[in-house]
Amino acid sequence: MFIKKFIDAAGWPRIIIALFLLSLFATAPFVGVLVSTSLSNTLERFGMNGVLVLAMVPMVQTGCGLNFGLPLGIIAGLLGATLSIELGVRGVVGFAAAVGLAAPIAAVLGYFYGHLLNRVKGSEMMIATYVGFSSVAFMCIAWLLLPYKSPTMIWGYGGSGLRTTISVSGYWQHILSGLMAVKVGHLAIPTGMFLFLAAMCFLVWFFMKTKTGTAMTAVGSNPEFARASGVDVDRMRIVSVVLSTILGAVGILVYSQSFGFLQLYTGPFYMALPAVASILLGGASVNKATIWNVLVGTFLFQGVLTMTPAVINNILQTDMSEVIRIIVSNGMILYALTRKVQVKR
Amino acid sequence: MPETPLLKLENIGKDYFGTRVLSGVSFSLNKGEILGLVGENGAGKSTLMNILFGMPVIAGTGGYEGSIIIDGQKTEFKSPFDALEAGVGMVHQEFSLIPGFTAAENILLNREELNRSPLEQIFSERVSTLNRPVMNARASKAIKTLGVDIGVDTIASEMPVGYKQFVEIAREIDRTATRLLVLDEPTAVLTETESRILLDALRKLAEGGIAIVFISHRLHEIIELCDKLVVLRDGKVVREAPAKTSSLREIAAWMVGRQVDSRSGARRPEPRSPELEDLALSVENLWVDMPGETVRDVSFTVRKGEIFGIGGLAGQGKLGIPNGVMGLFPAGGKVTLFGKPVKLGAPRGALDSGMAFVSEDRRGVGLLLSERIDWNITFTAMQVQNRFLKPLLGGFLLLRDDAAIAREAQSYIESLEIKCTGPGQRAVELSGGNQQKICLAKAFVLRPGLLLICEPTRGIDVGAKELVLNTLRHHNEEYGTTIVVTSSELEELRSVCDRVAIVGEGRIAGILPASSPAEEFAILMMGKTGQKQGSGSDVH
Ligand SMILES: Nc1ncnc2c1ncn2[C@@H]1O[C@H](COP(=O)(O)OP(=O)(O)OP(=O)(O)O)[C@@H](O)[C@H]1O
Ligand SMILES: [Mg+2]
Repeated sequence: MFIKKFIDAAGWPRIIIALFLLSLFATAPFVGVLVSTSLSNTLERFGMNGVLVLAMVPMVQTGCGLNFGLPLGIIAGLLGATLSIELGVRGVVGFAAAVGLAAPIAAVLGYFYGHLLNRVKGSEMMIATYVGFSSVAFMCIAWLLLPYKSPTMIWGYGGSGLRTTISVSGYWQHILSGLMAVKVGHLAIPTGMFLFLAAMCFLVWFFMKTKTGTAMTAVGSNPEFARASGVDVDRMRIVSVVLSTILGAVGILVYSQSFGFLQLYTGPFYMALPAVASILLGGASVNKATIWNVLVGTFLFQGVLTMTPAVINNILQTDMSEVIRIIVSNGMILYALTRKVQVKR
Repeated sequence: MPETPLLKLENIGKDYFGTRVLSGVSFSLNKGEILGLVGENGAGKSTLMNILFGMPVIAGTGGYEGSIIIDGQKTEFKSPFDALEAGVGMVHQEFSLIPGFTAAENILLNREELNRSPLEQIFSERVSTLNRPVMNARASKAIKTLGVDIGVDTIASEMPVGYKQFVEIAREIDRTATRLLVLDEPTAVLTETESRILLDALRKLAEGGIAIVFISHRLHEIIELCDKLVVLRDGKVVREAPAKTSSLREIAAWMVGRQVDSRSGARRPEPRSPELEDLALSVENLWVDMPGETVRDVSFTVRKGEIFGIGGLAGQGKLGIPNGVMGLFPAGGKVTLFGKPVKLGAPRGALDSGMAFVSEDRRGVGLLLSERIDWNITFTAMQVQNRFLKPLLGGFLLLRDDAAIAREAQSYIESLEIKCTGPGQRAVELSGGNQQKICLAKAFVLRPGLLLICEPTRGIDVGAKELVLNTLRHHNEEYGTTIVVTSSELEELRSVCDRVAIVGEGRIAGILPASSPAEEFAILMMGKTGQKQGSGSDVH
């Protein structure tokens, strides 16, 4: 009876993937993969991606759909990051400056993005995808033209335009993941990054408990009801888009400090789908998402993504990890998207 | 020799997440027979019909027990399509028309007439175009069978609710294969005249050999229409009886398991002398652009502490008035509440000025279906009046007070006898009548100065009807709430209101004291509109 309840609550897709992940961990030692290293990798990736996935929640809650326009927030984050490097501030202050610069940019972009989505009610996700596309394309030009000067960021010879990948080492690499990190043998736990993720989750959870947050949830459930209850539906939707975009900006900064590089140009482009897939795998539907969906989904997605290539590589004795990673990642994205119509219970 | 029954249910049982909803339900139905299914709100009527029709919600919640036997063959419908295939048609308690489609398109959905073309040979039927003239003819024939006059080109979202109901039924009639028709509260939103037309049409269908299961809370319809009736109580069949020889009182008693006073409400004791009271609401030259319920030019005043009724046939604009005053549809004119002008077109303004509203569109406007009951009940009060909130940081942040919300909901669950597992249950999991009570509670929580309420007892069972009307009276007397009730049930209006306005063609045909004889109301309803829809004997 208890098991049945648990299955009902968790949902089959999650149980299947969790079992798969478990079996990967179980086989790992037999094919010569170090479990502690793999677990460390999984934890690191979980922390890196958590906030990006969290950026889905506000928009989903107001019924704006899955945020395929995540690249917009990511671009804001990258602008903040590059500006902070340009200013030459390092360490904690540098990271704080990046967040501080990125957030207002994200808010402004999100505001316009929100207005746009309000005009296309019913096909938000399509337009969001398009916004993602075009903002990336626009920024491909902008990254070249913006008058950055810092030698760490611009192309070596020509002397103008930003590089495709910019190292943040020396600025704020591992500023969160290295903070209070616990190391036991090969197992590393990025405590600081987890605490940061937890704080972000708490903020979102807390916000959803406020009057405005409650109104946002109602707008997602039934906009007509919300309107008849005196809620300004369009405004609530804009608030949610702004929040999602800011979270996207913060998310990419967390990601970059752990990864060690900023990926400009088409980089942001590849970030939306894994985040969308994660939250769907976590059990969210198109207009309901919880913090649990974020955490569970991110862990499962990143877990499978780290473990499968490692295990298969060692079995086949080749190095195809990148190929396998792409196949697994896209496979899971596909699976998640086919699941999305299934509303829980 | 008894023929094999068309439909036989054997020991049907069902539970939802551990709550037993149906157990051991058995009965049978012959060709051409009409069976009335009655029971209190939440007795399991809709659930039983959902099982019969193969609705996905049943399979999605663990399936059912027992067997459905059609023509002597055990059947199990995996989906509504299987049911349709087998000749079972269903009209649901909540509407299921496609809003942007015309009546004809809705009626013939998936059974469209196609223009034959050579392309079809190469590809499939998908490339064929629709043969509109034939479709329209077929649709209009189905509508005619029902004895009503609805344009086949009318867009579903622009129809008055009554018409929607007829279109849904026409859709089932057009399916030539239909042998068993299930109707879940088809008359709940119809006026007497309209339901009479419907009942006549159903009788004709039954004569043609179609078996019908008819669910209604208007018990006199059951007696009038059905051959036999089955009473459900808490998910069990407690009685099977011939309908014609049962009395209203008997049926009501079987339903609730004790004697009930089924007199439909005592007349409001002493109509106050309205001249003495101040004006509460004044409406001047109001027009409202509500699809299907257009209001052209309406003026009236309601005094403080009055209960004012608005009646009329479907589509004449009676529903447009409260919806317009509330700001839900584009509107113009002058509305004044307690001496202050009300800005039209903005629900927030109306709410802030002290109004509350119960919509006739329960699922569309009235409920957050996928949220908890307590959220549904308290949400408006939270947003408009800042109640059920805990201030934080000196009022900078307003945090939801979940405990207070649950407590408030619990008190309404008790006082309105809402059948549920607790304040945390989702609204979608409630039976129709109980959802209606949630909508009422939502308005009561606001403690409004003016309560606009549409179809207050829609889908509410005989026992609870009095409870609901008494709650209305109670709010009126205890808190001095002025109430404007819009209803398709004239009798209800006459029993609870002081004065009743009858609306015809978007205008007020007349305003009468509730104590006026029924005939005068009937004349107002029929006379001015010039539509000879019924015999004019609207009240019994
Ligand atoms: N999807 C669901 N999940 C959980 N419980 C449900 C669900 N649907 C219905 N129920 C419960 O089943 C019981 C029977 O509901 P049902 O809708 O069959 O009542 P009903 O007889 O049609 O009542 P009404 O006259 O109010 O329409 C109710 O207590 C209701 O709360
Ligand atoms: Mg029902």
